[in-house]
Parts: sequence; structure tokens; C-alpha cells
Amino acid sequence: MTSYHTTKPEHIDLETAIADMTKQLSDYLTQRQFKPSLLVGIQTGGVWLAERLAVTLNPHSPIGSLNISFYRDDFTQKGLHPTVEPSQLPFSIENKHVVLVDDVIMSGRTIRAALNELFDYGRPSSVTLAVLIDLKANELPIKPDFVGLNLNLKPGQRVKLKGPKPLALEFNEPII
Amino acid sequence: MYLAAQPGSLQLTQQGQLKHFLTTEGLPKTLLTRILDHTESFLGVENKKVKNAPLLRGKTVMTLFFEDSTRTRTTFELAAQHLSANVMNLNVKHSATSKGESLLDMLHNLEAMSVDMFIVRHPESGAAHFVAQQVKAGVSVINAGDGRHAHPTQALLDMFTIRKTKGAFEPLTIAIVGDIQHSRVARSQIHALNTLGTGEVRVIGPKTLIPHALSQFNVKLYHNLSRGLKDVDVIILLRLQKERMSSDLLPSKHEFYQTYGLTAEKLKLAKPDAIVMHPGPINRGVEIASDVADSDQSVILQQVRYGLATRMAILSMTINTQDKQLFSEEARTS
Repeated sequence: MTSYHTTKPEHIDLETAIADMTKQLSDYLTQRQFKPSLLVGIQTGGVWLAERLAVTLNPHSPIGSLNISFYRDDFTQKGLHPTVEPSQLPFSIENKHVVLVDDVIMSGRTIRAALNELFDYGRPSSVTLAVLIDLKANELPIKPDFVGLNLNLKPGQRVKLKGPKPLALEFNEPII
Repeated sequence: MYLAAQPGSLQLTQQGQLKHFLTTEGLPKTLLTRILDHTESFLGVENKKVKNAPLLRGKTVMTLFFEDSTRTRTTFELAAQHLSANVMNLNVKHSATSKGESLLDMLHNLEAMSVDMFIVRHPESGAAHFVAQQVKAGVSVINAGDGRHAHPTQALLDMFTIRKTKGAFEPLTIAIVGDIQHSRVARSQIHALNTLGTGEVRVIGPKTLIPHALSQFNVKLYHNLSRGLKDVDVIILLRLQKERMSSDLLPSKHEFYQTYGLTAEKLKLAKPDAIVMHPGPINRGVEIASDVADSDQSVILQQVRYGLATRMAILSMTINTQDKQLFSEEARTS
């Protein structure tokens, strides 16, 4: 592979990426008649991003937050993750349009777990997946509907979202 | 029965993870705190439409009760079911032990049915330790009460109730009232309270019901309820077991209530925001006045609710370390 990054790190403009993604997502939800939608973020980065998206998409509704540690498929190998906050959905998702939000998608396993948990809360009319960064490393047939940035990292390299204000990307090793 | 020299050692893996849960004695503060933190997460499960989490999916959990219990057995059963385990209840009084089968034979027969976890209650102290020593690797044992020795899940749900209502343990003065002598709950609570750094632990009861050896456990002994309750933050009452009332240890039920029963008037001696706890089932008019049990200061029903989440946390923390062991053994052989 000649280029490691679909978007080169020095060219990352997070604010523009979030703004573009919000616009596309909003247009889509309007076109599909999925509005109003409830925003549900996966802890912790996904919740911060959901808060940002909500400003445009659904400013008057609270944000749901999912802690997917009870649904992870690596429980038997890794045990319970150090807990973040318990999941909180301050609304019923029954027959509602849900936008599921995460900061980074890699294998897709987190999303699989999140969908399982989400459906334990009820049966939503639809679920749209919005992710800030797609690392294009899916191991499951799960692809985000909306992506802020596509990154192609070197093996061992990791990225996560720092926040909540301001939102910034943090790499586990410096990117040249 | 045999108790390990280091009571905590049998229940931990080499990495310091829980593999059995037998006693609070000897468990490090970090581990107790982690159980409380996980309990907090499991409380959220009851807000879901499907009140389950799939952590014990495909596992078989067996409750093995050699002694009567309603609350403890049902909350364990519910906890295992909420974790999606297959649950079997064995009422041992009606099983083959009454036909002369030994505990050990029965255990090995049950193991042959691929049980992953035994939840054991037994009238003899040390019974759960004994079972934990006998089961094969990969099987977890949870102590649901053994004789006068320990009832660690009850102690942990009590610690969770205290932390949830009062916050940190360091500034608290906590009084345990009643029959300490025969109480496995009190023993487990005292170890946990001390490990968690409680400011002051008091024990209040008649001389005949407080063991002498207790003074070595960093507790203050009181034989006068009014003096002992002064300015406490938490009052933990213990159940006065009916079989003790007929013995010569106590003059009468009525006299116990007069001297050690928690009435609204006595409760005023504690801090105004003090909470009243009781492991249940309560004897109204014996260790607690009816109006105190139903008052705003009583958290007795919260204890039951938290008991479910606490047991879910403990079950998922223990069963998992067993899996990891198997995993690493497989890794070594392959």
C-alpha cells in the first residue's frame, strides 16, 4: 500500500468533517422521512459525537448512551471491561427512528454488540449508523451509513476521539 | 470443617481475579471496589425492556441449598437468569443425600452434568470452601452462606447500599446491632467494612451474643444500644433467629426488643440522616419497630433490589476468570 491514509493526518479537518457528515445525515433522514430521530451514542466518544450531531438534528431531545460491555463477544477472553457509565436511554425507542453514533469503527464488533443491546430496549423503526472515523477493517458485514473520515492506519496504530470539548483525534503514536 | 489458612487465597487466580467467591476476608480493597463498580452498571439492566445481559449465555448454574432460604436463593436464581444462564435449583433436602449419598459423590455426579457454577448454602461453616476445593478446574463456587462463617454476597450488597446512599466509607460510623455470635452476615460485613476503610465500626449487642474474639477485628464493642447508636451514620440490624430465642442466651423476645430493638426514639440518637439496614427477613417488634422498618430512613427494600445487581456482578466476574484459565491452558497445549 503506498498511502496509509485515505485522508492524510495533516489534512484532517475534524470540524469540516463533522459538519459535512451532519449535513449528509440530515438530508438523508429528511429524504427517508426518518425525522425526528433519537440519537444514541456508544460510550464514550460516540456520546460526545452524538451531542454534537444533536445540535443540528434533534436539539430538544436528550441523548441516549450505550455501555456495550455486557454484550461484547470477547467477554470470555477479556472479562468485564472496567466500567464506564451504565447505559442510559432516557426515552423509549419503540417504533422510533434511531441514529446510532460511534467515534471509530474498525472490526464492526462494537456495533454488533450495540445493536443487540439496543434491541433489548425495544424495536426501533429504523437504525442509521453514523461514525466519525472508518478504519476500513471490518470483520463483520456491518458498514456505517455515514462516515466523517476514512483513515487507513498502519498495523498497531490506533486512533480515538478526545473530548467532549473540543473534539480532537488522538493517535497512539505520532503520525508522520 | 477445614478452612484454608489464608481464607482469601482459594478464591483468587494467580492474577488476583475472583474464581470463587467464598468470603470477604482477605479480599483486597481494589477487588471489593471493582465489585461495587460493576454492580452500579448492572443496576441499569432493570431499565431495559428485556432485562437480560448475555454474559452467562450457555453456562449452567446450579443452586445447591442445604438450608432453607427464600430471598437469597431467588435473587441468585434471578441474577443467573438475567445473565442468560441455564439455572437449576437443587433442593438438597429432597435429593439423594437423604438416600445416603455423600456430598462428594453428589458433587461429582452434578459435575458430570457440566455445571459451570455452584451456588452453595450449607449449615456448616466451611462447606463452600470444601466444595471449592473439590470441584474440577473451570467450575466456580459461590458461597451463599455457610454456618456462622460467611455470607459474602449479602455483605457486598450491603456495602453497595451504603456507598450508594452515603458515598465514601472513610467518614462513616457504622453500627451492627444484634446477635453477632451466630451471624455469618456480620462477620462478612466487618471484614468488608474494614477493608473499605470505614471510619469506625461498632458492634452492639448483649454479652452472650457477641464473641470475645471480635475485639481483634478493629471494632468497638457496645452492650448499651443508646450509647452505641450515638451519632452513627448507618445502623445495620441483624435478624434474631427464632431458634436462639428459646436458648438460654436470651431472656425473652420481649426483653430483647426492650433492650436492643430499634425504635423511632432510639433512632433519634443516630445522625438525623442515618440509614437503617437489615438483611431480612425482619422480625417486626423483635429487632426493629414496625414504624422504623417502614420509615424513610429504612433502606431495607433497596437492599433487596441492589442484591440482584450485586449478585449479577459477582457471578459474571467469577465465571469469566474460569473461562480465561481454560483459555490459557488450551493456548499452552495447542
